[in-house]
Amino acid sequence: MRSKVVLARLVRNRQARYGSIALLLLVLLAYVGPFFGQYEWTDKDFMAFLSPPSADHWWGTTTIGQDMYAITLRGMQKSIIIGLLTALIATTLAAIVGAFAGYFGGWVDRVLMWGVDLLLVLPSFLIIAIVSPRLKNASWLWFVVLLAVFAWMITSRVVRSMTLSLREREYVQAARYMGIPQWKIIFRHVVPNLSSLLIIDATLNVSGAVIGEAALSFFGFGIQPPDVSLGTLIAEGARNATGYPWLFVFPSGMLVALVLSINLIGDGLRDALDPGSNT
Amino acid sequence: MSPILEVNDLTVTFPGGIQAVRGVSYQVSRGEVLGIVGESGSGKSVTSLAVMGLLPKNAVISGSVRLHGRELLGMDEDELVRVRGKAISMIFQDPLSAFTPVYTIGDQLAEAVRIHQKVGKDKAFKRAIELLDLVGIPHPTVRAKAFPHEFSGGMRQRAMIAMAIANDPDLLICDEPTTALDVTIQAQILDVLKTAQRETGAGIVMITHDLGVIAGMADRVLVMYAGRPVEEGRVDDIYYRPRMPYTMGLLASIPRVDGAEGPLVPIEGAPPSPKNLPPGCPFAPRCPMRIDACEQEEPPLVTIGDGRHVACIRSREIEHKNLSSTDVYPVPVIPPSDIQRVPREQRAKVLELDNLVRHYPLMKGAVFKRRVGTVHAVDGISFDIVEGETLALVGESGCGKTTTLQQIMQLEPPQDGRIVVLGKDSAKLDKASRKALRRDLQIVFQDPMAALDPRMPVGDIVAEPLRAHGQKNVSAKVVELLELVGLAAEHAERYPQHFSGGQRQRIGIARALALEPKVLVLDEPVSALDVSIQAGVINLLEELKNRLGLSYLFVAHDLAVVRHLADRVAVMYLGRIAEIGTVENVYDRPAHPYTQALLSAIPLPDPEMERTRKRIILEGDLPSPADPPSGCRFRTRCPKFARLSEHERRRCVEEEPVVIKLANAVDHGAACHYAEEIEVIPASDDLEEK
Amino acid sequence: MLGVAFVKGVNRSPVQCDRRVMGKYLLRRLAMNAVLVAIAASLAYMLAATTMNPRASYEGRQPPVPEAVIDATLDAYNLNDKTPVFERYVTWASGVVTGDFGKTWNGASVNDEMGRRIGVSLRLLLIGTILGFAIGVILGAYSAVKQYKIQDRIIGVSSFVVMAVPVFVLATLLAIATYNLNRGLGFTLIEYTGEYNPRLSGWDQFLNRLNHLILPTISLSVGSIAFYSRIQRNMMLDVLGQDFVRTAMAKGLRRRTALFKHALRTALIPSATYFAFALGTVFVGAIFTEKIFAWHGMGAWLVDAINQNDVNSVAAVSLFTAACILLAAFMSDLLVAALDPRVRVS
Repeated sequence: MRSKVVLARLVRNRQARYGSIALLLLVLLAYVGPFFGQYEWTDKDFMAFLSPPSADHWWGTTTIGQDMYAITLRGMQKSIIIGLLTALIATTLAAIVGAFAGYFGGWVDRVLMWGVDLLLVLPSFLIIAIVSPRLKNASWLWFVVLLAVFAWMITSRVVRSMTLSLREREYVQAARYMGIPQWKIIFRHVVPNLSSLLIIDATLNVSGAVIGEAALSFFGFGIQPPDVSLGTLIAEGARNATGYPWLFVFPSGMLVALVLSINLIGDGLRDALDPGSNT
Repeated sequence: MSPILEVNDLTVTFPGGIQAVRGVSYQVSRGEVLGIVGESGSGKSVTSLAVMGLLPKNAVISGSVRLHGRELLGMDEDELVRVRGKAISMIFQDPLSAFTPVYTIGDQLAEAVRIHQKVGKDKAFKRAIELLDLVGIPHPTVRAKAFPHEFSGGMRQRAMIAMAIANDPDLLICDEPTTALDVTIQAQILDVLKTAQRETGAGIVMITHDLGVIAGMADRVLVMYAGRPVEEGRVDDIYYRPRMPYTMGLLASIPRVDGAEGPLVPIEGAPPSPKNLPPGCPFAPRCPMRIDACEQEEPPLVTIGDGRHVACIRSREIEHKNLSSTDVYPVPVIPPSDIQRVPREQRAKVLELDNLVRHYPLMKGAVFKRRVGTVHAVDGISFDIVEGETLALVGESGCGKTTTLQQIMQLEPPQDGRIVVLGKDSAKLDKASRKALRRDLQIVFQDPMAALDPRMPVGDIVAEPLRAHGQKNVSAKVVELLELVGLAAEHAERYPQHFSGGQRQRIGIARALALEPKVLVLDEPVSALDVSIQAGVINLLEELKNRLGLSYLFVAHDLAVVRHLADRVAVMYLGRIAEIGTVENVYDRPAHPYTQALLSAIPLPDPEMERTRKRIILEGDLPSPADPPSGCRFRTRCPKFARLSEHERRRCVEEEPVVIKLANAVDHGAACHYAEEIEVIPASDDLEEK
Repeated sequence: MLGVAFVKGVNRSPVQCDRRVMGKYLLRRLAMNAVLVAIAASLAYMLAATTMNPRASYEGRQPPVPEAVIDATLDAYNLNDKTPVFERYVTWASGVVTGDFGKTWNGASVNDEMGRRIGVSLRLLLIGTILGFAIGVILGAYSAVKQYKIQDRIIGVSSFVVMAVPVFVLATLLAIATYNLNRGLGFTLIEYTGEYNPRLSGWDQFLNRLNHLILPTISLSVGSIAFYSRIQRNMMLDVLGQDFVRTAMAKGLRRRTALFKHALRTALIPSATYFAFALGTVFVGAIFTEKIFAWHGMGAWLVDAINQNDVNSVAAVSLFTAACILLAAFMSDLLVAALDPRVRVS
């Protein structure tokens, strides 16, 4: 019932509609686009170094003759995957830690929140910067884990404070008085009632992770060559941006479009799920 | 005398075709009090906001609102600001959100003065202090510098009244001014309002759902239903000679503190949604006198006498046949209970509290949180409930009744004293037996929206306790339970938000009954419901009790509801029991001064009685449960204490009274050194038409 | 129900703010924060000391430096990987306790370097942070009052687009644009790298400094303008629907006055606390802006130090950052208490 109402509201929401269409197109471009290009992202065209966009190389080529179209789409795939996975892990972590801290209170709360505080003051940039280049041989999934570990704390604080009020709701009390185990109450009555917050948060975490990955890669601390992401491409492009703008414009444009469309969806979701808030 | 305010055919439509107000007309003269009564969603508040020009811009307003003959609708802001707060002021329902949280009360009052009077800041602040003094706020010079959240609810409402009369308005609009308040505080505020009216000579528009409040205040009454007036007239006419079935039903459905026992008369169904109104009379679907013509077209409001208007095609018939509500509405029959014939002493005790204590640490500050004291929420109370009996725990906010109930429901060892449920001491339970005992002890909550998980379909909600206790045949039982509380089997698939307040409360009751408990704890089960709905739920509770042989612990602040439902009553004040006994004893011969004040503060839906009644109005607010007075906790507000001699008072100050059985009664005790039975509710033999 | 009683009780009985209790609270919070900072910094040091290799910067030299000399140099800076990590940590920690953060990879004092770089970051960020807050709040409040009108839509769409542009993209775009502008004009109208031209002095240098600030300030503040405008708009809309704004108008205030005096004042509290937090972290610097516009502030230092295997600098930056974050959080808590009487202590 409720999901129907939400869906109807979401479809009516212009932001969410444009955002979803844009995101759909971008994802299609990233995954289907490569089949239409003439080059693989691993190909090097020794006849064309740093050539501007042309009929042959739609988005131009790089210093070593890679096709910008192919390589940008490859980078986009990676960025999208990293964004989705990071958001999923971070939001799950935030929900569980926040809900347990808020529901149980007492020492559980104190220990968990102290951990949150510690993670907040830990030099995350430094840790990722030092650790991730060393993960060269390991899977890039570790990089995702690293990103996620430093991305959930604020949300878990919000979840905690909302749980504090949910805990006093009468239906939660009713469940307690029925003799239902605490953890079951958390997963049956508390977390589902935070779902709008969590969905919105997960959406915005996707764009946050995409930007975060790009930012770290900008300094060479993120995805390591030969693999590429939008961040590594932008970093590469920024160095030669004045002379060879296509190196910079295409990956940055894709990044901005990706983040913008996800943010639009997140904002539209908030309107649809949470009509009380005016965000 | 020309009226101050004339409203003519006012309509308000919100986007989406929501017709909140559909043609309201009324007039208010100087010194006159017009009461506007209606249930939630009847459009009574929107009407007054439209008069003030305070509706959001997307509301479409038509009709006419004239103040001293000047049209207010469509007036530009420059002129309108000179009227608002000067000629018309408004008193809002929730005074906490109605004050800006970041400014002091004094500053906000001074601002109101300075908007319309050319005075300096100092002078305005002095005037603010005078105003606070006028509405009875103690130490006004100090309190003027306090912030809104530092005031109690009653004090805030006084300050709100002070602000409203700051510029000697000609008209005061009061929107549910006492709804959020306790009954003794309500009595104080109504008193202040009457003073304010005397001081300013203003006309008052009093908007409320409480027919008791209107009976004591209003000269004329306008009854609203689904955005329209359905009946209007002098207060006596409306109360004693209602001519519209809705008004009749409304009056018959209120439980009365002076009333005799017997089932209440509920109005079936719920008010229509303003989005899709029925084509004919909006009340027709619920009306017992409905005929086909009612559904053809909406009856106009016609004049049927001196200042008397009714919108009902059968009003003539009601008048000629002299029909009363019992003629019009079917009186429900509630089967009697067998167990009640057994004398109390021979029945088994199902719940026993012995000197229960619960203290909380008092924390303060959001940034710098620290303990500043101890709240004596429950400070040694004892009572017992036997099989098939209803004990009501009554008292005002902060008296400890909710804490008591939570202590019982938790089934944990109490801080001090004993809780015994069905012969089992809560301190001696292990995990398994605690869970087993929970089957026999269930609860119904106050707020029917908050008590049901909005993300679960009703079937799952009712099934939850069954599954938690591993029962079989869950879906069949859910259907059975839903039917037991008057819902249908197909309701199981819907979500709570698709039900009206009364239906939700029935779902809550079905859930509580799922495990076939022996004791049901009812936490204010009807206080969030409209009167017409409330009666149905009360009747249901009574019927279930008789049919299933349940025992109820009924926590409430509404003494009229309690009178209807309870066998015995315990009155709580600041964590202690002030008086306990059978309903007849406590209501007819209250012995504790607090009970006496409480009973006398309840407004009766009977204008004649309200006019002649003498009220015992308590001074001040409830003291803090963190710092209760020494000796008798009630002495700081006790009217009797004020009359005692110096010597007699010493006992009240030094010695805390305990509940002592009154000499001449079987089941009646009071915790007062100078207990004395008196009668505060006028006997009502003449309930019927005069 | 009890909550009301709590509030009532507290306010009637004049519980004065006990200085001793307050002092105890502050001490406890201070101690907790000190522990957090110590853990964060130690962790950073350990991580840097175990993974970084300062020896590399000496080994590759031409002509080759004898190993004994390298060891002696590294020992002098407490950077020798031949010394057990724990021993180096103790040396480092005992220095930090006395306020000495040790030596950089090439022997300079970390303290001096830090002092200089904090100054640079402060000069770079202060104006941008304040401008971002002020303009953002004004736009947000305006946007809320004009909800669903064209002005609101323009502000909303722009802030969405701005928030989707990461600062390193924005800064690079600004740099490209300026480069092309300058080339088109044939002279340098707007500077796009460095803090100032050291060859200028007096008034000219001051103007030159301002010129150098233009681009970084834009790149810093545009993002925060968008951020604050969103928050302020939401807060303002929340407040606009509340009863007290209606009460203010019912008193006879004009809509505009009621909005400004009652709604904005109340809705300002959350953005102000973000602002307090942002001000506290100004000293930490802005990594991207500093790197892209070549300002040698705290943010750039961290990246440089990681690339140069500068263990002690990395540890110092981490410690300082952790301390700043906690201090900033404390400041914003204090500001809430100052602005919002509902959470005030006494």
